[in-house]
Amino acid sequence: MRASRIWAWVTFGLGATFFFLPLIATFEFSLRMKRGVYSFEAYRSVIGDTRFQETFAYSVTVAVMTILLGVLLVVPTAYWIRLRMPHLRPVVEFVTLLPLIIPAIVIVFGYIRMYGSSSPLPFLATRRGTDVLLVIGYATLALPYMYRAVDTGLRTIDVRTLTEAAQILGAGWATIIGRIILPNVLIAVLSGAFLTFAIVIGEFTMASLLNAPAFGPYMQNIGANRAYEPAALAIIAFVITWACMGGIQILARFAPRSANRPN
Amino acid sequence: MAETFLSIQNVRKAFGATTVVQDFDLDVERGEFVSFLGPSGCGKTTMLRIVAGFEEPSAGMVMIGGKDVTNLKPNQRDIGMVFQAYALFPNLTVAQNIGFGLKVAGVPRAESDARVAEMLSIIKLPEFGDRYPYQLSGGQQQRVALARALAPKPKLLLLDEPLSALDAKVRVSLREEIRLIQKKLGITTIFVTHDQEEALSMSDRIVVMYGGKAEQVGTPFEIYNKPATRFVASFVGTLNILEGTVSDPASGTVSINGSEIALKRALDGKAAGDEISLALRPEAISVGNHPGRDSSIAGEISDVSFLGSVIRVRVGVGKNAVSLDTFNSPSTPPPVVGETANITFAASDLLVLQ
Repeated sequence: MRASRIWAWVTFGLGATFFFLPLIATFEFSLRMKRGVYSFEAYRSVIGDTRFQETFAYSVTVAVMTILLGVLLVVPTAYWIRLRMPHLRPVVEFVTLLPLIIPAIVIVFGYIRMYGSSSPLPFLATRRGTDVLLVIGYATLALPYMYRAVDTGLRTIDVRTLTEAAQILGAGWATIIGRIILPNVLIAVLSGAFLTFAIVIGEFTMASLLNAPAFGPYMQNIGANRAYEPAALAIIAFVITWACMGGIQILARFAPRSANRPN
Repeated sequence: MAETFLSIQNVRKAFGATTVVQDFDLDVERGEFVSFLGPSGCGKTTMLRIVAGFEEPSAGMVMIGGKDVTNLKPNQRDIGMVFQAYALFPNLTVAQNIGFGLKVAGVPRAESDARVAEMLSIIKLPEFGDRYPYQLSGGQQQRVALARALAPKPKLLLLDEPLSALDAKVRVSLREEIRLIQKKLGITTIFVTHDQEEALSMSDRIVVMYGGKAEQVGTPFEIYNKPATRFVASFVGTLNILEGTVSDPASGTVSINGSEIALKRALDGKAAGDEISLALRPEAISVGNHPGRDSSIAGEISDVSFLGSVIRVRVGVGKNAVSLDTFNSPSTPPPVVGETANITFAASDLLVLQ
């Protein structure tokens, strides 16, 4: 018993070292911009860079749009599949998994061929059109996470009975989804939203090939040309991702508790 | 003749090749409390869902207040419904749950608040408005569900086995409460249950369903005392079946275990020597002589169970076994197993089973 506990701690220690050591080393390196002293100079330099501010603001805007599109697409779909077409669930689950199987570079080359300036849907002919296409592409990349998060949320409530209870009280579909279903899966939706945010903020392939002024290509560019700033950027990206994960954990505590369990 | 409020006409419902409701006709008067009673899978809930609009009938028509609602959506029918699983909205407080239908209907805030307060007082939970459903017991949740269904003043109330998820004690008190509220508001109500005691104690009329059909429609008294079919007789209450042979069909004389019993009514469609099944409720039988009980059959006590205030006695009558209850009396010793005993009953209480 005692020996197994020691081994468990040893394994944990090795894993933690493997994970944290490069992070600590990166953080330590990011503080060495000024010769001979530790300072946050690299962070000041990164945050003060107008290109950082512009690309970060752009990626945050695209992330918010992606989340909105994802919610509008996934919540009604997952709800309808659960309510009326449960036999289609395996098909929809497979479709939502496709972005994990098909590399982003394949998807983006498909977009470039399909939506170029000479196509019937010339998204890429304008900057705004490219932004829209990037949002659609990101919504596709985030689909596996968003769909699973929402579907898990829907599993915790009695979708059919709650829908019927609202219907018989006079509610239409918009009211049912907006006032009953969405609030009850809000935490799940927010989990999906944070995951989407984390994916979009650091995404490189799509943004780069669509020539979008996003944070991912900026990070790559800085990484190729500077010494200390990329380390600071990596730490900033980690903090953003961890803040998203922490946000999911905190929000999960506020989930509405189901009262549909007969006692 | 009272006014028909809900009219279900020749309704049939099939899911693929399976017909779950067939030839269902029923007229319900305004303010009446009608129960659909039957075993699982008899079609009672499907019929209720057709009335609610959640299922579309394969054939037939549903009319409410003289208006054909067969093709109307549930949210256009002005119906209140209480579900077995409560179905309270977990993200809304009790007051918000009760006020949901009023808000959807666009009732002004002040009027809605007053109605919610009125409903909370009717269900005797005036202090619970700010609580969430998970903070309530099952019985309280179901009372809130009732208040939510009644708040928009629907024309018709549907109750889909609302008591079946509750424990026995709460079930009894809540069924009395539901009936009181229904009578007070005078709302036409359809109640679905598989519990005969609930149906008998609450209903103005009962529809006993079996195999998708209404086997019998009648008052609780009629259903219990004059069951129309063998299924109704066996499903509602406890029944002793006595197998005999017809001695004289014209005078209605039958022979059971060697005793001739005169039913004093002709047995149409029967010939002398035919086998016949007769039924007797336990409360219509006594051991030994009893005033008003004019017929008797000899038997042998096969089992005696002491249940406190009641003693359950089983008497073997040839190949039949009859069960009856007698009140416990401290001064009278209970019957002894193996003793010969005459069971007595009124011949008019014998039901001829089809």
